[in-house]
Amino acid sequence: MVTKPESKFTRRGVLRTLAAGTGAIAATSALPGLSGFAQAQSSAPIKIGFQVHRTGIGAAYGRWYNRTTEAAVKRINDMGGINGRPVELVAEDDGTDPKRGAEVVEKFATQHGCDIAFGTLFSHVVYGSAPRAGELKLPYFVVSEGHHVASGKLNRYTLQPGITDVKSQVQAMAPFVADNLGKKVTMIFPDFAFGHDHRDFFTAAIEAQGGQVVESIAIPPTETSFSKYFPRIPRETEVIYHVMVGPAVLTFVKELGEFFGPNSPEIFGFIDSLEAVDIKSPGLEFLEGTYFWEGNPRNAQADQSSHDKAYRAAVGVDDNGASTDDAQDVSTYSHMFGCWETLNIIKRGMETAGYQGPADRAKLIEAVEAMSDMPLSDDHPQGAKRFNGKTHQTFGHQYISKVTDGKLVVEHTTSIDDGLYEDEVDYTTQSF
Amino acid sequence: MDFGPHLLLASLEGAVTAAILALTAMGLSIVFGVMRVVNVAHGEFYMLGAVIAWWVTSLIGGHPAIGFILALGIAPLVVGLLAATADKLILQKINYDPDRTIVATIGLLYIIQQTTLMTFGPDARPVQPPFNTRLALPWFEYGENGFAMFWPWGLSITSYKLFVIIAAIGILTALWLVITRSKIGLIMRATQLDSETALAFGVPVERVYMWVFGLGAGLAAVGAVLVVPIQQAHYLMGHDPLLLAFITVIIGGLGSLPGTVIAAILIGMSDGIISVFFSPTLAKIIATLVVAMVLAFRPQGLLGRSAH
Repeated sequence: MVTKPESKFTRRGVLRTLAAGTGAIAATSALPGLSGFAQAQSSAPIKIGFQVHRTGIGAAYGRWYNRTTEAAVKRINDMGGINGRPVELVAEDDGTDPKRGAEVVEKFATQHGCDIAFGTLFSHVVYGSAPRAGELKLPYFVVSEGHHVASGKLNRYTLQPGITDVKSQVQAMAPFVADNLGKKVTMIFPDFAFGHDHRDFFTAAIEAQGGQVVESIAIPPTETSFSKYFPRIPRETEVIYHVMVGPAVLTFVKELGEFFGPNSPEIFGFIDSLEAVDIKSPGLEFLEGTYFWEGNPRNAQADQSSHDKAYRAAVGVDDNGASTDDAQDVSTYSHMFGCWETLNIIKRGMETAGYQGPADRAKLIEAVEAMSDMPLSDDHPQGAKRFNGKTHQTFGHQYISKVTDGKLVVEHTTSIDDGLYEDEVDYTTQSF
Repeated sequence: MDFGPHLLLASLEGAVTAAILALTAMGLSIVFGVMRVVNVAHGEFYMLGAVIAWWVTSLIGGHPAIGFILALGIAPLVVGLLAATADKLILQKINYDPDRTIVATIGLLYIIQQTTLMTFGPDARPVQPPFNTRLALPWFEYGENGFAMFWPWGLSITSYKLFVIIAAIGILTALWLVITRSKIGLIMRATQLDSETALAFGVPVERVYMWVFGLGAGLAAVGAVLVVPIQQAHYLMGHDPLLLAFITVIIGGLGSLPGTVIAAILIGMSDGIISVFFSPTLAKIIATLVVAMVLAFRPQGLLGRSAH
């Protein structure tokens, strides 16, 4: 016969232990130094509303933006938080949809009581959300690439301090394209704000180099098959310039290869067309010898900095740019560093401003606007940057890589000065 | 690219679109023809077919053809069974009331889409084609030395895309034979003509409805399995095929099978050709305009019969 063993715990005993434990935890958190976070005026966490593309066409970016952001927050908290307070992420899915983006920003401000909003990538979501952030007076730190911030179309509450914009990127690289690949260019780009930035600014930049865009092919961002667009590429084309985003990027690049077969013009792509895609996927062999813009080199280079090494390890990315847990899970390495760097800038801004709570939001923005040079460091593993407080836009280095034996090898690094342009706005003159 | 080769390429791309569209729209058309049900969830059955194809091929190692053939068998079967179950559990319970079936299938659309999102995830995933050789195509031109053959730049198709066209023709022919020549087809047609009389003659109408709904969804899944090596499986991929399939069956005539095929060829080819020479947006605008014209001047569609 099996007898039921008698429990060693009585209800009252358990309650007493729990009460004692709670008291002990409460006591330690009240003692400075013991809790891990030095006592500030408030020890409540700083809440960062993280607008993330978990679903919709930006999901692959969202997954990696999430991992990078969590790694950066962990590092900041391990170092003692911001102003002695821990950082807490409040993540909300915006569905890569401008309308939901604005709703999410509103939730951060009114429902979650976030200090700031942060993180989004797709330019149409930024466009949709920024006006609401301005109305709610919620600092909105975007990690997008569109020229929307620096163009002055948004407002003083929107900043892009951790990643360069398209205008700067294409201007810095146009000389390389014109000098090394050719002067007659056909552009293929997505038919929304981000793609139009490419069209407008690269056309201007290549003309400044004595080149010419012979055809511009705009493709709807939700398109799933591309062969029917390629016949519009004129035969005189010397260089194909491609930048595609969304879930169908692998199909896009594959069909580009199928279209040209063995006789292709020079190909210069933005790595956006291959973000989260393994370059060794079947059908992509034709990319060997072609060039890519990279925001941050996906493959660890021969001269890899200690900062890139530390950052890679913290985010869990191997030397090929894939997850250390799953070699098939390729990262969006050229963009996601922006999350890491932006969070470090937010930390520095809050510390400079002595940020205590939502009443100090304007002080935070002024502190960030006052920033200028950001040296290469563990806080800025992609490279040195120069922030322009008037336009709320940062400037930095761009990398041009050549596909060599299935790896992206950096051929040319542009200087910060290559990407500078005249200010189009002065946000600091706008009132809060 | 020169006009001639350019047009040929556009037509080939259009033919691939038309082939997939014919399969998808046929499923929608049969369901409406026999059951008078407008299935708004049709695009999601298509998407599910592609997702299951990815799942099957990723489980099977070895040559990609093995996984693909298995997917071509399993995905339509699973999707068909699922749809038949949905018919029994939902549509039968609401007596196929036209308004309520639309609402019910909209609900089904979201259930399938969100379940896929929660299990399969939001990423696009590729399926390797069983074979995929690039075939450069020649062109003939009359020059100084008479007719000469040359190989224009960019004029090519892949062997897999040709296979998709041929496979769709084969499947549609088989379907036509089943409907017109077999006993199953006879029962389907009897149910379509007059379900009450058919019931009186011992046709199990409810079961016929269930399997017709399954067959419709299965056809969408076949189209998706064929297309997934060209595109990729993604949880939002059902939108466009649903819209195009609706356009096709409205132009062809709801419930008319030959009309559906003709309309699919028209829409697919015009989509390919207009997209190449002008813009993809214009292709969609024209298709929608044609639908408006058909609804205004010939509401029963090209080959549809007018309502009694």
